[in-house]
Amino acid sequence: MSSSLTPDAPVFVAKTSGGRITDFVDQRVGGSGILREFGRKVFPDHWSFMFGEVALYSFVILLLSGTFLTFFFDPSMAETHYAGSYTPLKNVEMSVAYSSSLNISFDIRGGLFMRQVHHWAALLFVASVAVHMLRVFFTGAFRKPREMNWVVGGVLLILAMAAGFTGYSLPDDLLSGNGLRIIDGVIKSIPVIGTYISFFLFGGEFPGTMIISRLYTLHILLVPALILLMIVMHLFMVVVHKHTQYPGPGRNDGNVVGYPLGPVYAAKAGGFFFIVFGVVAIMAAFFTINPIWNYGPYDPSPVSAGTQPDWYIGFVDGALRLMPGTIGDWKVEQIWFGHVFTFNVLLPALVPAGILFTVMFAYPWIERWITKDDREHHVLDRPRNAPTRTAIGMAGFVWYCVMWAAAGSDLIATHFHVALNDVTYWLRALFFIGPVIAFIVTKRVALALQRKDREIALHGRETGRIVRLPHGEFIEVHAPLDEYKRYRLVGFESPEPLPAVPNEHGVVDRKEKRRAALSRWFFEDRVAPATPAELEAAHGHHAAPEPIETIEAAESRKTLSH
Amino acid sequence: MGNHSDGSPNHSGTVATAGQNEVEKFQDPGIPPHRLRLADTDPRAAKKAERQVALLFGVSVVGTLIFLVAYFAIDLGGPDSSIATIRLQNALLGIGTAFAMLGIGTGIVHWAKALMPDHEVSEERHAIRTEDDRQAAVRIVDDIVEETGIKRRPLIRNTLLGAVALAPLPALAIFGDLGPRPDDKLAHTMWAPEDGKLKRLTRDPDGTPIKAADVTLGSAFHVIPEGLNELSEGKLNEKAKSVVLLMRLNPEELHPSPGREDWGYNGIVAYSKICTHVGCPVALYEQQTHHLLCPCHQSTFDLTQECKVIFGPASRPLPQLPISVDAEGYLVATSDFHEPVGPSYWEREQHVLIPNS
Repeated sequence: MSSSLTPDAPVFVAKTSGGRITDFVDQRVGGSGILREFGRKVFPDHWSFMFGEVALYSFVILLLSGTFLTFFFDPSMAETHYAGSYTPLKNVEMSVAYSSSLNISFDIRGGLFMRQVHHWAALLFVASVAVHMLRVFFTGAFRKPREMNWVVGGVLLILAMAAGFTGYSLPDDLLSGNGLRIIDGVIKSIPVIGTYISFFLFGGEFPGTMIISRLYTLHILLVPALILLMIVMHLFMVVVHKHTQYPGPGRNDGNVVGYPLGPVYAAKAGGFFFIVFGVVAIMAAFFTINPIWNYGPYDPSPVSAGTQPDWYIGFVDGALRLMPGTIGDWKVEQIWFGHVFTFNVLLPALVPAGILFTVMFAYPWIERWITKDDREHHVLDRPRNAPTRTAIGMAGFVWYCVMWAAAGSDLIATHFHVALNDVTYWLRALFFIGPVIAFIVTKRVALALQRKDREIALHGRETGRIVRLPHGEFIEVHAPLDEYKRYRLVGFESPEPLPAVPNEHGVVDRKEKRRAALSRWFFEDRVAPATPAELEAAHGHHAAPEPIETIEAAESRKTLSH
Repeated sequence: MGNHSDGSPNHSGTVATAGQNEVEKFQDPGIPPHRLRLADTDPRAAKKAERQVALLFGVSVVGTLIFLVAYFAIDLGGPDSSIATIRLQNALLGIGTAFAMLGIGTGIVHWAKALMPDHEVSEERHAIRTEDDRQAAVRIVDDIVEETGIKRRPLIRNTLLGAVALAPLPALAIFGDLGPRPDDKLAHTMWAPEDGKLKRLTRDPDGTPIKAADVTLGSAFHVIPEGLNELSEGKLNEKAKSVVLLMRLNPEELHPSPGREDWGYNGIVAYSKICTHVGCPVALYEQQTHHLLCPCHQSTFDLTQECKVIFGPASRPLPQLPISVDAEGYLVATSDFHEPVGPSYWEREQHVLIPNS
């Protein structure tokens, strides 16, 4: 700003045309401060940081391909007779929406390609958001100061699913129509207002003539605008917090170690956009997605067996399938005070998704309360170094996967030649015991991996060299780690359970007791990182790189063997 | 660069890690020494990497050309264009785009990884906020609140709160015309006799009437009411409620409950095809077991027990349509369904004519 007011100051003349353009912009809007801040900003590098990038880039691809599709799509439910070039549906009565979707597929050059790009990118978008959130959870990246960004990410996941669902229904084909039918049934199960919501959404009875154009408005205006807003907030907070980094030598909570934005990181991240686009293009070229012409127009009468929703809606659909509608002769649907409580639909549609998202949103605060940890964390946890958190995450993940698998129960039955009823019974059992098993197994595996790390840190890595000692014993020679590799294995915290602390009145209240109990549950099984003293002890008694020393050491090991 | 005397984050002395500092820990050795790449030391390797990057960018150009050729050279509207033409064009457009994008992407990444500096650098993190800012902000907020005088004038505050609380109501109310009131629309279907004339059962989708004699033992028909296809509007709405499955069983296998003995005809029975779970068409009929299966969520209904639920998430039996034959031998519905068809809803119980237990 001030630079334009100082004509007689020694003027810096840019040498390149790029520099002159930068200077021009800078004199008008003052961009040099931004460039100075971000031009060399350091970003840590790790393959698992790319899931978020995949999400962002697939959203860009969605905007590009979606804009193309809007030029040709007509969301009207008026009746028409198909007159396009796909002969099997010639003269078939259908909605204008379906007809224009067929035209995009068959009569507009590149239309089918764009439809497939759009659908694949949508599946990839939700998938990458979900995987990115798993990465954030399992590495503890949601901890202070990033709790709010975790919540924004969760909102993005919900919005991504909403965008996918509203888009999925637009072609008005048989498959998506049945999807809407299911949604209508779920909405009608809502007590008191369900029937009204259904009539308001569909503009009358199902299917009506309004729903496609209403979903279209949501799909191309409201939902993407919200997603964009959330992405801006998300990235803004990433800039404020700077990126987290994996633990390792030279990395701590006070610094960021990585590559500068320009040129290396910008090149890698920018190039990665083209790679994501290329991969989506390959999928669109060779793998048919949603062949709407096979399904025909929506008609409430037929349905094809083995139909599946898009993957991200699967867990709700699976939960709907798992819930029994009758237990013996007892009906789960209840009539109380002359009104219908459709628990067989209401419970599976709302409760599992409600629990998953509530726990997900609240988790940073739950863990913070249990651990009383108010510090800022910029160094990630390796999942094994937070065994209980990792186990909780896996329990939730397995729970989700059981419901997700249930959405394909009929396909599991037909592909593996087992009875459909048995598949359902097993999945119902796994719905309850699956998360418990996952929790126990994950926690034990994490602790075992920690012990393995300890072992390697103290005794070195296995070299594969087997040496026979003079008295006949075979041993494998271990090579010690260098200090950088060792620090990777020992540089972590292993908190101990935090006993109940009396409050200011000197009383341990019930809430604090509960917290202490949870803290014990969280941290009582722990493996402490190896210490220099232990390494010293191990070196004194154990295998050294030189076989000759090993021989001497072997004698003492016999007495010390544990 | 990165040579910190102690990288351990455990110095805040919070309760969470109390006890840890008592044990001596490994010191952070700092960022590992930088290792040179082949291209850093060998000019020939650098030249080779340069050529590889250029080649990848060249691949991208080829991809763009493939796309343009596929777009302009393949004629979709031509006389001998078919599904195969579309498939070919789609594949070539995809390959072209993929090469064009992957060429640029892999080229840039290869360039960055092989030729751009790969020194890891360390940057200090700054505090998210400073104590100075915080105190200034608190003062500003205090001043603003003070200058509005909102604390001293509760009348203003309370009326404002009331007004703001009520103001969004019109925004809700204005959506009242999104749809009509449900009333009892869900309780009626097209099967209700019109002017005393009973509706015939006709085939889905062509609408030809069905003679009782045509329904052989073990057969099943997808049925729509007479006149549905002639509706000028709301056809799908009516169809969504009135589709019926018609089956003929050995009359001994049916066990009608009291009051429903005359709802079938010679072992021919008609049931709503709309699942009582969430409304999918119950389209699968297992002839041998007399089970009806919903392909969406696998609710299974037993035809011999008046379509009682024997498996799956549905809670209620499928509603039965009372049928008979008219003078010409065609199947007709003697009345509408006695209860609403399809998924349950809050007011459903008030729309049931005969309690069906």
